[in-house]
Amino acid sequence: MSGPAPFHPAGYDPVLMRRVSRHNPRAIAGYLEDGGYASWKAVLAGHATGVWTPAKVTEVVKASGLRGRGGAGFPTGLKWTFVPPKERRGARPVYLLCNADESEPGTFKDRVIIEKDPHQLIEGMLLSSYALDVRHAYVYIRGEMVHGARILAEAVDEARNMGLLGANVLGSGLDFEITVHRGGGAYICGEETALIESLEGKRGHPRIKPPFPAVSGAWASPTIINNVETLACVKHILDRGVDWFRSLGRNEKNTGPKLYCVSGHVERPGVYEAAMGLPFRDLLALAGGVRGGRKLKAVIPGGSSAPMLTAEEIIDVPMDFDGVAAAKSMFGSAAIIVMDETTDIPKAVANIAKFYAHESCGQCTPCREGTPWMKKILDRIVRGDGKREDLDLLLQVAGQMGNGMTICVFADAAIAPILSAVPKFRAEFEAYLADAKAPDYALAAPDGITPKLAGRVAEGMHS
Amino acid sequence: MSGGAKANTLAAELPGTPPVGDHGALSCGKPLQFSGEARARLSKILSRYPTKQAALLPTLWLAQEEWGWISREAVDHVATLLELSPAFVWGVVTFYTMYNRAPVGRHLIQVCTSISCHLNGAEEVFHECCRKLGVKPGEVTPDGKFTVVEVECLAQCDRAPAVMVNGDDHALVTKEKLGEFLGGLK
Repeated sequence: MSGPAPFHPAGYDPVLMRRVSRHNPRAIAGYLEDGGYASWKAVLAGHATGVWTPAKVTEVVKASGLRGRGGAGFPTGLKWTFVPPKERRGARPVYLLCNADESEPGTFKDRVIIEKDPHQLIEGMLLSSYALDVRHAYVYIRGEMVHGARILAEAVDEARNMGLLGANVLGSGLDFEITVHRGGGAYICGEETALIESLEGKRGHPRIKPPFPAVSGAWASPTIINNVETLACVKHILDRGVDWFRSLGRNEKNTGPKLYCVSGHVERPGVYEAAMGLPFRDLLALAGGVRGGRKLKAVIPGGSSAPMLTAEEIIDVPMDFDGVAAAKSMFGSAAIIVMDETTDIPKAVANIAKFYAHESCGQCTPCREGTPWMKKILDRIVRGDGKREDLDLLLQVAGQMGNGMTICVFADAAIAPILSAVPKFRAEFEAYLADAKAPDYALAAPDGITPKLAGRVAEGMHS
Repeated sequence: MSGGAKANTLAAELPGTPPVGDHGALSCGKPLQFSGEARARLSKILSRYPTKQAALLPTLWLAQEEWGWISREAVDHVATLLELSPAFVWGVVTFYTMYNRAPVGRHLIQVCTSISCHLNGAEEVFHECCRKLGVKPGEVTPDGKFTVVEVECLAQCDRAPAVMVNGDDHALVTKEKLGEFLGGLK
């Protein structure tokens, strides 16, 4: 085979990555040559004549079926309608925050948009700002993406110099601003309310919801937070229309182009683009198959927070929100982490547990205490110092952290790999415990007592 | 008086040791003030936000660019500029991993050991890196050139094992290529 390996299935016309292999794809000149900012200009021109209104842009996004690409898959247009109408907002402005905190282990798709073709994101943000009556939007980019932040800031300046943002854009009488804001290194800031706190200059502690950000978010103003890829999709929907967007994808609930991050034990790790719902089998083939022709063992299909699936469970799954959910996992950020037959699953799970123990923000006791305990137990298991009761203890600890015991879903994310991998690969964990001594103490909290108490705590939190 | 004895400890007396205790920012030994250029950049930053407090993370980045790490004096200066308490600023500094709370080497080698890098041997790379340079994680080599730390996912999982040196991304830094990689850092 000659030339570079394809990053999309044969016959698929890439959208989000269409321009990445061009010479200097991030410069505004080339973007304009390729028809960039045409939708933005058309919408602003239409604003004067009444052809376009903010509500109409929202309607288009709603009709497209676009779902949030950051992880939750919430319908974007619907989210936008949660912003209170002008008369109920009073003097409070509306804010749009672009979530570029991409830090879910295994995820690296937003980086491609930001570093290779940032103007599609900026145009998407401007169109979304118009729809939401936003005058000042922020990109919250993770601290580690030093170059990405610089590239985005330069792109914003380029757009400003061309009069595409700033005061009275293209004579519309409307002002639009975008500010690039760098985080300081904290996974939790990808959680939308933690992101808001961090933007406000505080520790990234998630807020109790309600109120939801759409009603009271950044600086107590209505705030919409959307992922990078989601906002880039908005531009393409305005460019090519609802019917085109809906024509891509497996069914009407899983529409549009999708970036897949494939990493781990494959021949060609990388970002791949396809219509939503590409079967896992095809995605794996696109990435060159399992490394060294080995056998597939397990896959984490949506970033480290997603329950692990065995090879048999995932091989025929359509990779979209509902396809992966039906397989009892989560599509999340489309971070597909492939593990071959040589993978030591307990060690992989211990590695993930270390991540969550490090990144817990420390607000809620079950998470702050639970994540280091899970790490500690897994560490001693893979070190060969495990006790025979450790697996049950691990599951017991994990069983008391999720399902509304904490302010945000971080704890649910932390337990998902454990609650999925331990039952599915129990023999591997038990092999580490083969030489362990018989239990030297009874479990402190017999089944039934602690969960009941926990249930009462949860009730109290939500009453 | 805020802070205990530890707070006034000179960084030089505690090479590479993270500060501990109540408001434990290490002292750099002299009062600090932003340069004229940094002040100009700060006023631009402030114009982008509805509150002064919102400028805290960008201002801390500015401080780190100016002085390489966030000392007690840097905390005090930033707090004064943004009308916040030093304790609050220090609380924010300690929450985030990228603000250096002690001096670091000229090359801050950040080795990712999260899952995709782990599957590609990242822990070995990290330990080998420390061994080759003869330092513990977070310490500065005697020549002031290197500090090695373990970090979480750098969003470069397709190029694992991923390493970031200061702000620069490096890909496929395997254990075998480590010697060559370190030699390339002048």
